[in-house]
Amino acid sequence: MSEGGNDPAEPRPPPPGYSSSGRLERVLRAGRFAITAELNPPDSADPREVYERALVLSEVCDAINATDASGANVHMSSVGICALLTRAGYTPVMQVSCRDRNRIAIQGDVLGAAAMGVCNVLCLTGDGVQVGDQPQAKPVFDLDSLSLLETLRGMRDEGRFLSGRALTMPPAVFLGAAANPFAPPVDFRPLRLAKKIAAGAQFIQTQYCFDLERLEAYMARVRELGLHKQCFILVGVGPLASARAARWIRSNVPGVHIPDAVIARLEGARDQKREGKAICIELIQRIREIEGVAGVHVMAYRQEELVAEIIGLSGVLKARGRVRGRKTR
Amino acid sequence: MYAIRRWSVRHARGLARLYDLFEWLLVIIAPLLRRAEGAGVERPVALVERTVKRALFDCRMCGQCVLGETGMSCPMNCPKTLRNGPCGGVRPDGGCEVVPAMRCVWVEAWEGSRRLPEPDGILDVQKPVDNRRWGRSSWLAEARALGRKGE
Repeated sequence: MSEGGNDPAEPRPPPPGYSSSGRLERVLRAGRFAITAELNPPDSADPREVYERALVLSEVCDAINATDASGANVHMSSVGICALLTRAGYTPVMQVSCRDRNRIAIQGDVLGAAAMGVCNVLCLTGDGVQVGDQPQAKPVFDLDSLSLLETLRGMRDEGRFLSGRALTMPPAVFLGAAANPFAPPVDFRPLRLAKKIAAGAQFIQTQYCFDLERLEAYMARVRELGLHKQCFILVGVGPLASARAARWIRSNVPGVHIPDAVIARLEGARDQKREGKAICIELIQRIREIEGVAGVHVMAYRQEELVAEIIGLSGVLKARGRVRGRKTR
Repeated sequence: MYAIRRWSVRHARGLARLYDLFEWLLVIIAPLLRRAEGAGVERPVALVERTVKRALFDCRMCGQCVLGETGMSCPMNCPKTLRNGPCGGVRPDGGCEVVPAMRCVWVEAWEGSRRLPEPDGILDVQKPVDNRRWGRSSWLAEARALGRKGE
């Protein structure tokens, strides 16, 4: 063991006023327009499959989301992906779903993740097992996204497990949650966001946005409640490959709302894939102008290169070099 | 029964009043129940509670009732047993993500809560379920808590 704090294994505490020592929190608190992207987990034990995708994404985003069996389909675990990413110096957002693990397992996983250097945790309820590849599985849902947030905040801020037992070192994690502004009951959604903030959410990544009008209405209510000053909201976006794919997503992926007008626009295009990309870029540019939006979260199923291309073409990265002195929260 | 469960949410206000009356009754008998602690009241009370609440709310007897905060829509009927609001998977018609034929328990809860005399209970963050309490009486627990508060 070295003296004078030169031990490379020694954890670095977050700067004063910060919850984590991660890049995502720093970018957001500096008032920069943040970009996160989703890494599609491999169905493989080969770490290179994770690193190849991370390399593409890391050039265009501040943090990489490691999904936790999203859509209730089995893939490499979020803890596993985070272990690989932190080892190579990437900044992951570890997604934690309540569907597959109980409170004992989740608290342990978060401690382990924080020890590996994970700085961001996204607390999710999780899709039901019926939509996935193994609907025979037992749904756990011991906690829900809010009690998970409260549990992790208690571990971090009070240094205690849910049971009250003390931790010798709390996990320094920036806590996130999901929001779906597009699902019923629409007038309850902003209040549910308030609840998530009360439970400990510091940043939000929303469900895919294809309906700007609804997002604007939601954000108007969020601003009315002052919630945009209490958390950083990153709006979810992604390209649609075709009108057919859009229809399939709309009826098969829980919680994704795609207006008819978007599908009609895709149908009318000569090159639907290209149009889908154009729609996504337009959305990013317009979302960026909405007051109270702190960033975008870009997702595309198994198309990391496309995600990188979209972020590049949207111009948000270039633009943010000039964005300085926006108010910090 | 599903139809009765939905009726209960539509009549959340009346039921909440009935509950208030019931609570008043509980406060009166609380000292008695306190004395009877451990004397075998749990099983008969739980049986009555199970029968009444199963009929009205499709109650699952989680033993830590929050109907007063959830507009008389029992959150344990949510396939994900969410106690803090709807998940992001609610269908455009208000149907449940997991059981499309069923209205989302939390869409119902939101509507029901609007009818309550104290509609903001739905904004409270609920603690995770204590799984040791399944099958036990919430009424008794409530009465004992009220009794302790009254002392």
